[in-house]
Amino acid sequence: MSNDDQILEEFTSKEYEFGWTVDLEADEAPKGLNEDIVRFISAKKDEPEWLLEWRLDAFRKWKEMKEPTWPNVHYPKIDYQDIKYYSAPKKGAAPKSLDEVDPELIATFEKLGISLTEQKRLTGVAVDAVIDSVSVATTFKDTLAELGIIFCSFSEAVKDHPELIRKHMGSVVPISDNYFAALNSAVFSDGSFAYIPKGVRCPMELSTYFRINAANTGQFERTLIVAEEGSYVSYLEGCTAPQRDENQLHAAVVEIKAAANAEVKYSTVQNWFPGDKDGKGGIYNFVTKRGICEGDHSKISWTQVETGSAVTWKYPSCILKGDYSVGEFYSVAVTNNYQQADTGTKMIHIGKNTKSRIVSKGISAGKSQNSYRGQVQVMKRAENARNHSQCDSLLMGDQCGAHTFPYIDIENKSAQVEHEATTSKIGEDQIFYCQQRGIDEESAVALIVNGYAKEVLKQLPMEFAVEAQKLLALTLEGSVG
Amino acid sequence: MKEIAGNTIISSLSAQFEAFEKQLNGQSKSAVHQVRKAAMAQLQTAGLPAARDEEYKFTNLTKALAKNIDFDQATPAFNLTPEAIKEVQVTGLDAYKLVFLNGKYSEELSDTISVEGLTVLPFQAALKDKQDVVEQYFGKKADLESDPFIAMNTAFSMNGVFIEVADKVVVDKPIVLYFVGDSSAAKLSYQIRNLVVAGKFAEATVIEKFDTIGDNESFTNVVNEFSVDHNANVRYFKIENDSDQAYHVSNTHASQEGSSTFTANTIALNGAMVRNNLNIRLDGEGCESHMNGLYVLKGKTHVDNHTVVDHVKPNSYSNELYKGIMDDKSRGVFNGKIFVRQDAQKTNAFQSNKNVLLSDNATINTKPQLEIWADDVKCSHGCTTGQLDQDALFYLQARGILKDKARAILLKAFASDVLENIDNKAIKDYLEAIITERLEA
Repeated sequence: MSNDDQILEEFTSKEYEFGWTVDLEADEAPKGLNEDIVRFISAKKDEPEWLLEWRLDAFRKWKEMKEPTWPNVHYPKIDYQDIKYYSAPKKGAAPKSLDEVDPELIATFEKLGISLTEQKRLTGVAVDAVIDSVSVATTFKDTLAELGIIFCSFSEAVKDHPELIRKHMGSVVPISDNYFAALNSAVFSDGSFAYIPKGVRCPMELSTYFRINAANTGQFERTLIVAEEGSYVSYLEGCTAPQRDENQLHAAVVEIKAAANAEVKYSTVQNWFPGDKDGKGGIYNFVTKRGICEGDHSKISWTQVETGSAVTWKYPSCILKGDYSVGEFYSVAVTNNYQQADTGTKMIHIGKNTKSRIVSKGISAGKSQNSYRGQVQVMKRAENARNHSQCDSLLMGDQCGAHTFPYIDIENKSAQVEHEATTSKIGEDQIFYCQQRGIDEESAVALIVNGYAKEVLKQLPMEFAVEAQKLLALTLEGSVG
Repeated sequence: MKEIAGNTIISSLSAQFEAFEKQLNGQSKSAVHQVRKAAMAQLQTAGLPAARDEEYKFTNLTKALAKNIDFDQATPAFNLTPEAIKEVQVTGLDAYKLVFLNGKYSEELSDTISVEGLTVLPFQAALKDKQDVVEQYFGKKADLESDPFIAMNTAFSMNGVFIEVADKVVVDKPIVLYFVGDSSAAKLSYQIRNLVVAGKFAEATVIEKFDTIGDNESFTNVVNEFSVDHNANVRYFKIENDSDQAYHVSNTHASQEGSSTFTANTIALNGAMVRNNLNIRLDGEGCESHMNGLYVLKGKTHVDNHTVVDHVKPNSYSNELYKGIMDDKSRGVFNGKIFVRQDAQKTNAFQSNKNVLLSDNATINTKPQLEIWADDVKCSHGCTTGQLDQDALFYLQARGILKDKARAILLKAFASDVLENIDNKAIKDYLEAIITERLEA
């Protein structure tokens, strides 16, 4: 066995390092999905009548819809009646300080290296921590409140700011948008809400750490970010999940609205359990993320580092409605073992002089399949639209696959649209060059991969860049020669 | 029975198929006819492409055909004068010529070809005289289930040409096939089935040209199967400059053995709705494939090019260049797939699609698709859409060239990348003349 194979073997047999379960007393709904469950969730969360109606409407639409089969992923059929749709950590009154937070929960975060106390003291990041669907601790709220910024859990927002939620929820991703968005709309448990008032520049990165905890619980997050005229916000979302044998379903919805001159930057690091090396277990991640640049000169930027989940189905998109608006999408997707990822973006140019940029870097190893699926659409009245897309794939090993499905639909002659894609492996000459200079093979691979993904990684805020680089190194170290 | 797309068309075709079977007499037991029967059954169960069919997403042929073509009607008589037929032929082309009128082979207008090692027969005659070879290759490359129009064509395969080039034979001149349709009196629809078998170290060039004369709607459905053996070199041209009412579907499937070369040049200049499927399977080591495509469209012409390059074995090379110029309300569709299978290590595959839109009512839908299962490969695709470079236009104008002329120069230069790859002078000149005239109008 050559050295390469040995390293490959070592890597592919590596266990998921963040795998454990913490026993939190859960408050759960019985398995299954029907109107009563939707009512149960709504009642449990003390929701107003209009929201219940909204959920029921979504549920009825969902029942008529069919699960999409077009993505380039294969997984056993999901039994939607075999999932618990609500599970909340037990809680008394809403905690005002960290002392009131379940100590076991604190321990979970410490294990993940994001202890709330530490975060609070050192990094200045406001963390809205979501454990199994209910927000349990929110920090820095007071500082943000002074600026008029609202950053809270979705359920709190429903109670405290119903007019905002009612106005914006479902306006970017309508309830009947797609199968998983409809499901989410019917049973969403919690999530985050951020509102940046006119002319305010949010002074810190807003961050939510998601964890999936109780067994057999689908997690249905809902995030809504509203940036008013001339505001700016950078939002972070990051995930790790404990190891488990049964597949778990995750169907989140993220909506972003940017008014004139507003800028929203949304960054994700996703490291859910990808299944073990035989492809057993792992998270199903079916996410709908969409932003709309409503006003002129607005900007939405998506950055994602996808290393986890057994199956990923995710297309963060931008609707460029305002003139001179800008959409960006930066993505690194790494798949290993039996992971499957079908991810990409949609850039819909409606306004004049709109610009978009797509940089997608796929890395496949083991027996995984990695697909880029994107669409660039230039509508008839979108004068002078500009797009550049680049999607590169890196293959490690001869059992994996890289796929590219770019759709480019142009209806305006002034559009300038370019798309380029390459597929290659890490060159033996590149490795040799490094080795010759005293860098061992493993570090050389890490170096080359990091260089390959750098264009995307550098878009991440500082707080995330470190974690993302660690993840990349961890997932890929020594996986090819 | 489940509701299928194109129901009315298929019931007309089913009735026609029964009539067709009756006049076959003794031949209905043949192996070829078994394939036809399977094709009809496939068509009856799967139907034509549905409105949301991914492969026909932008080209709703089923709807267009149901509206414009009468499948119940028999092929009308051919009444065009020999002069009219002559007019659509490429001037100065030194080639072996075969002429098909409304799909039927015309012995009178075609050349008699006697070259040693080369067999050229009307498909119908080949079913008798070359039964063993036809049975060996017929329906093997063009998969019935892969496209409903292949199934439709296979069910009625009777007209077309059979070409066999023996091992080590180099055919000195191109073989040109003129398909001329007369739709002046009535709507016209016909199907063509061609089979080309090139032996080891053989060389041949096949040129297809489609023209319909008349104001009524017409529909042509063509399937070409190319079998290219070891070290053979086959060039294929398709020139499509049909009437504004012409609906045209073609499926070309080529399969290459080791060290062979296959070149396809697909030129689409006019028609109502044109769909070209080009599938090349590189089934041996060290193969080379070249695909050149050009579409220069105006009016309401809709041209859809779907190409598939399937690298099955290692060490092969493929290169694809498609360019398009869309004016008025025309629509161009391009979908290029490159598959690199797990065994096909050391593959080099390149694809490029470039488009220019000249009008705000013109549309381009392009989807360059790469699917790769082997790690040691070099693959890339690029795709651009834009308008003419304003600086270049200004540069020419500043030197006293009128704007329209300057525009034509730049567009011709854009198209010339593809034309330069055509190694037959007569064809190149012929196409250049048409395109220059088009662009300067």
